[in-house]
Amino acid sequence: MAQEMTGADMVIEALADQGVEHIFGYPGGAVLPIYDALFQQDKVRHILVRHEQGAVHAAEGYARSTGKVGCVLVTSGPGATNAVTGLTDALMDSIPIVCITGQVPTHLIGNDAFQECDTVGITRPCTKHNYLVKTIADLPYVLHEAFYVASSGRPGPVVVDIPKDIQFAKGTYFKPKDFQHKGYKPKVKGDLERIKQAIALMRTAKRPVFYTGGGVINSGPHASQLLRELVKLTGFPITSTLLGLGAYPAADPQWLGMLGMHGTYEANMSMHDCDLMICVGARFDDRITGRVDAFSPRSKKIHVDIDPSSINKNVKVDVPIVGDCAHVLEDMVRLWRTTSATIDKKGLKAWWNEIEKWRARKSLAYRQSNELIKPQYAVQRLYELTRDRDVYITTEVGQHQMWAAQFYHFEEPNRWMTSGGLGTMGYGLPASVGVQLAHPNSLVIDIAGEASVLMTMQEMSTAVQYRLPIKIFILNNQYMGMVRQWQELLHGGRYSESYTEALPDFVKLAEAYHAVGIRCSKPGDLDHAIREMIDVPKPVIFDCVVDPAENCFPMIPSGRAHNEMILGDAAEKIDEAVTEEGKVMV
Amino acid sequence: MTQQPGSAYFLDDAKPLAETRTLCVLVDNEPGVLARVIGLFSGRGYNIDSLTVSETEHQKHLSRITIVTRGTPMVIEQIKNQLDRLVPVHRVVDMTAVGPAIERELAMVKVRGKGELRVEALRLGDAFRARVIDATIESFVFEITGNSGKIDQFIELMLPLGLVEVSRTGIVAISRGPEGM
Repeated sequence: MAQEMTGADMVIEALADQGVEHIFGYPGGAVLPIYDALFQQDKVRHILVRHEQGAVHAAEGYARSTGKVGCVLVTSGPGATNAVTGLTDALMDSIPIVCITGQVPTHLIGNDAFQECDTVGITRPCTKHNYLVKTIADLPYVLHEAFYVASSGRPGPVVVDIPKDIQFAKGTYFKPKDFQHKGYKPKVKGDLERIKQAIALMRTAKRPVFYTGGGVINSGPHASQLLRELVKLTGFPITSTLLGLGAYPAADPQWLGMLGMHGTYEANMSMHDCDLMICVGARFDDRITGRVDAFSPRSKKIHVDIDPSSINKNVKVDVPIVGDCAHVLEDMVRLWRTTSATIDKKGLKAWWNEIEKWRARKSLAYRQSNELIKPQYAVQRLYELTRDRDVYITTEVGQHQMWAAQFYHFEEPNRWMTSGGLGTMGYGLPASVGVQLAHPNSLVIDIAGEASVLMTMQEMSTAVQYRLPIKIFILNNQYMGMVRQWQELLHGGRYSESYTEALPDFVKLAEAYHAVGIRCSKPGDLDHAIREMIDVPKPVIFDCVVDPAENCFPMIPSGRAHNEMILGDAAEKIDEAVTEEGKVMV
Repeated sequence: MTQQPGSAYFLDDAKPLAETRTLCVLVDNEPGVLARVIGLFSGRGYNIDSLTVSETEHQKHLSRITIVTRGTPMVIEQIKNQLDRLVPVHRVVDMTAVGPAIERELAMVKVRGKGELRVEALRLGDAFRARVIDATIESFVFEITGNSGKIDQFIELMLPLGLVEVSRTGIVAISRGPEGM
């Protein structure tokens, strides 16, 4: 059904037709017509952030916790450039975002006009795709295509740059059902022959391990269900990347915990010593593989990924399967059930015995203290006191993020929002704003570091404005903890600029935002303080003063292989653990 | 496993393994598409030895990009997959891999000289089946088509005969036989 309307109205119509309920944004000169259209309708609710980076992170949180596309609306020039960090973050972590940017009128493009920047040029490498809309006739098509591209295949951010004159221009709008994409059609169904090959390998494996990632989460809750089914059917151990946490329940005995640089000993050793690796929706990132030429040297590798460019990028695999995780897992489950051959039960039992020995080393153990709150203890207590609730966790980036991943356990997908690929400090607070909007009655906690959270602290104001009772749980060690840890391990303990002098008083800061501030510095007071935080029906900044010297273990030192991990109790031998070669790496 | 680099941070160019490939990329003829392709190459550190672009199917708004690139088999595979996932890219064909493809380049070569040198330039031009497309008393412009090696050779020969400048199109390629891309 075609309708005449202005470009600005088309934007609102398209958002509504695409099922968008919330859009995160910040107004400015080049988007005024769209803001005017927003003002005159009630289909789409606008959430006013305090910085455009916050808008994108909020949309990411919204998208990750719901599986829907997150939407952003910002102005030209600085509005667009401020959004770049968020867009890059979404690209690296494959989060579906549609970001609408205003642009100067078409006749001024290229003239260095006020608040002009080459938005499509700047965002080309940090989006899955982007568009500059030059005629009103293209606008409805581009808007619908943007949603299609953002959410199909490997999801990602899409920018639609709309000059101001196009927003004013009148044209014909058509609904998304009249829309069909001409070229872009990602392959979702995996090649059946390859899947059969994979199943045959799984049948004969003696030392198999599942290695799963964010792709399972992106594929939807059904993919997580199928993964659970397959893992249960096979009896194989399973580990996951940082982004994949929650796809498999952490309480299950087949779960080995997270793998990678700060993964558990049992997970990394299993990866190193396995004879069959079944990678589902993960991409052999350098935080996972460690030293590539020593990565799982004796295994056959199966790799399921929707993005062909992820296959054989870092690690050569034996059975690549291009397809959507849910589709491929469905075929795998079906084939596993229908093929009659038995598995190597004896081999598998010996494998599990070995894993149990690794597990018995309790690689996450830390030394408890009665004086200082250990950050691990803080996360543990937070977990124990919130686990029975309907809870969503976001994080910033650094030590606290790793402790959150190690000590907060997830039973369900879409409950864990963290910046993995880009590692964006300042992600968690705005992300929690987005999550809380999508789940108004749930408990949303940002496990934060004091350095990270100050990067986007202004979004507290957003949380207060929309009465979003997010909890900012700061593990305050006064350092950029991960930077300090690396300086300790690699740079002779010279703590160059990693200590933050003159931190704000977080309790007063909370009060300044009309939120609630809580401080706790004694292990004995922690439970009570956490309960208080949960019970306050308002946004809270929780200043949890923790041991400033604590390091995050276990750790695979840079340049080392999975079987060369440092465990916490071996911390004094750290200096020798990193090779000269390793120091160059990040 | 021997082909794995030691670490993502110490990727050598692995020169002994690098091979040259010609890729044909069918793309939507829309603004920015070339920037996307070139940005991909520079952003990911791939080589471009030669690049040509032109609209080839006006009705369907399709352009054809021919890229000559170098890399290890693993990198070449990456380049193809990375290109293929760009939204406006319809197809990527590795002309070197699909079989013996025909590659051609066109060059215009300006030579200035008098007397014996001039005669020699004309004679060589004839031998290379180069056409004279502009002439003055003291200069020629040759148009020469062929594979890159032939053109290189011609240019080298013109050097001592008064070579002034060269303009080359870069390589275009098409597969042999009845099948299209």
